[in-house]
Amino acid sequence: MTVVKPLPRTARAYIVCAALGAGACALPALLPPSPTPWATAGLLAALYALCELPARCRLLGRALGGSVPLGTGSFFPVLLAAALLLPPAAAALTALPGGLLARVGEPPVHWRRAWRAAATALAAWTAAHTAGALHAPAALDGPDFPRALLPALAAALVFCLILTALDGGIRATAEGLPLRTAWRGLLGRALAPHLVHGLAGLMMGVLWRSPYGPAAALLVLLPMYVSCWVFAQYHRERAAHQATIRALVQAVDIKDSYTRGHSERVGRASVLIARELGMADDRLDVVRFAGILHDVGKLGVPTRVLRKDGPLTPEERRIIELHPEYGHEMVRGIGFLGEARDAVLHHHERIDGSGYPYGLRGEQIPECARVVAVADAFDAMTSTRSYSRARPVATALAELERCAGSQFDPRMVGALARALDRYGWQTAVTADEPGTQVPAPRAPGPGAAGTTGPAETAEPAKTGEPA
Amino acid sequence: MRPGVATVGAVHATALLLGLAGLAGTLWQGVAEPGNALAFGTLVALGELARWGAHPGEREPAPLAAAGALAYALLGNAAGTATTHGVLQILAVTVAGGLAGIVPHIARGRGPDRDHLARRILTVAFAALCFQPLYNSGAVAGHLDPGLPYALFLLLVLVLTGLCDAVLAALLLHARTAYPYGPLLRDELRALLGIGSAVCATGVVMALGVAAAGLWALPVLAVPLLLTQVSFRRYTAVRTVNRQTIASLARATEIAGCTPPGHARRVADLSAAVGRELGLGGADLTVLEYAALMHDIGQLSLVDPVAGGATALLPAEEQRRIALLGGEVVRMTGVPAAVALVVERQADPYREQPVPARIVRAVNAYDDLAGEGAATALEALERLRLGTARDYHPEVVACLARVLARGGRPGMTSVPTG
Repeated sequence: MTVVKPLPRTARAYIVCAALGAGACALPALLPPSPTPWATAGLLAALYALCELPARCRLLGRALGGSVPLGTGSFFPVLLAAALLLPPAAAALTALPGGLLARVGEPPVHWRRAWRAAATALAAWTAAHTAGALHAPAALDGPDFPRALLPALAAALVFCLILTALDGGIRATAEGLPLRTAWRGLLGRALAPHLVHGLAGLMMGVLWRSPYGPAAALLVLLPMYVSCWVFAQYHRERAAHQATIRALVQAVDIKDSYTRGHSERVGRASVLIARELGMADDRLDVVRFAGILHDVGKLGVPTRVLRKDGPLTPEERRIIELHPEYGHEMVRGIGFLGEARDAVLHHHERIDGSGYPYGLRGEQIPECARVVAVADAFDAMTSTRSYSRARPVATALAELERCAGSQFDPRMVGALARALDRYGWQTAVTADEPGTQVPAPRAPGPGAAGTTGPAETAEPAKTGEPA
Repeated sequence: MRPGVATVGAVHATALLLGLAGLAGTLWQGVAEPGNALAFGTLVALGELARWGAHPGEREPAPLAAAGALAYALLGNAAGTATTHGVLQILAVTVAGGLAGIVPHIARGRGPDRDHLARRILTVAFAALCFQPLYNSGAVAGHLDPGLPYALFLLLVLVLTGLCDAVLAALLLHARTAYPYGPLLRDELRALLGIGSAVCATGVVMALGVAAAGLWALPVLAVPLLLTQVSFRRYTAVRTVNRQTIASLARATEIAGCTPPGHARRVADLSAAVGRELGLGGADLTVLEYAALMHDIGQLSLVDPVAGGATALLPAEEQRRIALLGGEVVRMTGVPAAVALVVERQADPYREQPVPARIVRAVNAYDDLAGEGAATALEALERLRLGTARDYHPEVVACLARVLARGGRPGMTSVPTG
């Protein structure tokens, strides 16, 4: 999502143009006949720079990439207050020090800083023009507050439009995306936070002009600052949560090292299928977790049975077939998983009712579980196991299609085939550290090879992985 | 009767009396500036409505209502005209608005926490008593410039109010749980920097904004605070989810038959209680809780489960090996690094252990030894006492005994520092 290295020449030219534009906007404030109120401008500029310093971590870089709602964690109210209080040139000047001082996470640092400063300065300049055209400065002093509401919101809207347009431009030039793709979704995500910032900026402007002065205006920023801080905490905790989920999966790997990377890949294949079926974005997340966690119940199966060298006795097979129920018991307490919990329980059911644990058939099986069942079988066939070498994707698909209707839902199989046509498939998983790839092909284990269908994904006997 | 009950009862009764006095006094005297009263009352009611969907662990489930009530307590001037409302009217508006906003929640069977309501009324009364008598008697206008000094004065009053609220909250928790007062107060004061500061700042700005621009300032200022509330709620939600996932990971050992059912949860609850008793707070408690939940996770790496899962009965070398294996698994999760350290060191002699590891070690041994029944519980404690020369920290064992004597109530889990 971030600007790739090295920066393409078009992107550099684009940034230089923006910087020149910003300079041209700010310059009149410095020229002799300027009516710049230096006290206000200086204070606001210093305030903005000061605010950006602690918030510089990651958030700005993300905002540039557009992966996080723009400005949820930044201090645009200061700039919007400047747009309401100052002439356009001075408002543009206010944005510059903060933009230049803010540290950006990734290289090329200087280009990013210059870009940030230029884009915010241009946006502030335009917002100040809008506010001026709607007589904001006069409305701030006047007693009827609602009249100031319109210019403030208009200024925030224009600020947001300019910023997203410029950001879309840099994405298009730096990443070589078509303009439409670069802009898609940017405005929708950015609009609401900017309007909130517009309101805060308006209150800052009003208090700044009131007898209570700039100190009171500063207090408006505190809720924004706390929001920003919590937002960073939220991201940290979310990352921690994903690591915890991964740890759950890796705990399975400790017991059953054959399936390394399997869970992540099943998650990925499940999302491919679900997206092809047109599921909504939040449901895609659930399906991904269902795929990642589908085998978590193997933690409940004795390691000796999982790692058993040679064919399984019926008793051992029965124990292994308990793993969906174990898994369900484990993830039952995780509220957000929702229907993913059903997928963990039912991912070994078959359409014809011959699966386990409950022998559900057809539509009785939750949709999520039918998705995961196909993804699970597909990955089991295309990755190397103790009892079989990896098969080519086409062979695996043919096998899935053969079993569609009896074992798998044909809709899911069809969706997987279409998705693979479109996106292709790699077995390597990005989450894997180097060196933990799928084990090298081995000779088939005694008595296990060839007798198992595709749905017997992991249960068949395994050759001896050293315990 | 436990001593705590009297404290809680006294706080609730004071709040109730203040609320009733406010309503009665306002009915008697009539409402001064009904427009302002109505606007702030509505704000408080809406703020309470926004409590919708709050998670149980939230510090301040209705920040907008709190900020609105505090702003009304500090309101001295609306759009340029001085106000005349007194302390009683402020209480009446807070109570009436709060009740109006709570009714839908009660109708849905999810009434708010009584402690929380009592604290709200008492803190608003405190702020109003600090400000309104001075203002209405003209002392504020006489001594302070209406500009910056006035704003700073309001800020000072609200900082004092925040401190008062923290003292009160810690007092109530202390009364309910009998945990030491000092660490509880420290936690509350730290939490004040989170949403508490946003509430106080919005309270001051609302009072000043209404003075400068009239009642229109209220909805405009409410929006950023609502944004803060949403941010906090999302944070609390993801924290809860992470905690649930860690608990699931901890349950894996039970499902695998390595440990008796409920062992991890029991050890975590009892450890948290002992940790509180020892005066741990905030982040330390979180580390302790996570470590206690996952302390047996190393057993997953064993090819054969330990009989009965009771690691306390194994040879020391074996215990240490399992602890190291557990530390490896914990390092893969996203929990703080301190948690993995505690898990790794849980089997060491207590002199080499960090404090949370001492607690986990003693509590785990107790749960392994005690099983069911009062007699075995006493025997288990006795065995821990015998082991205080090397294995178990004497003070931890003493704390454990105190917590158990109180009925071993499940420990209050750590709260988000928000």
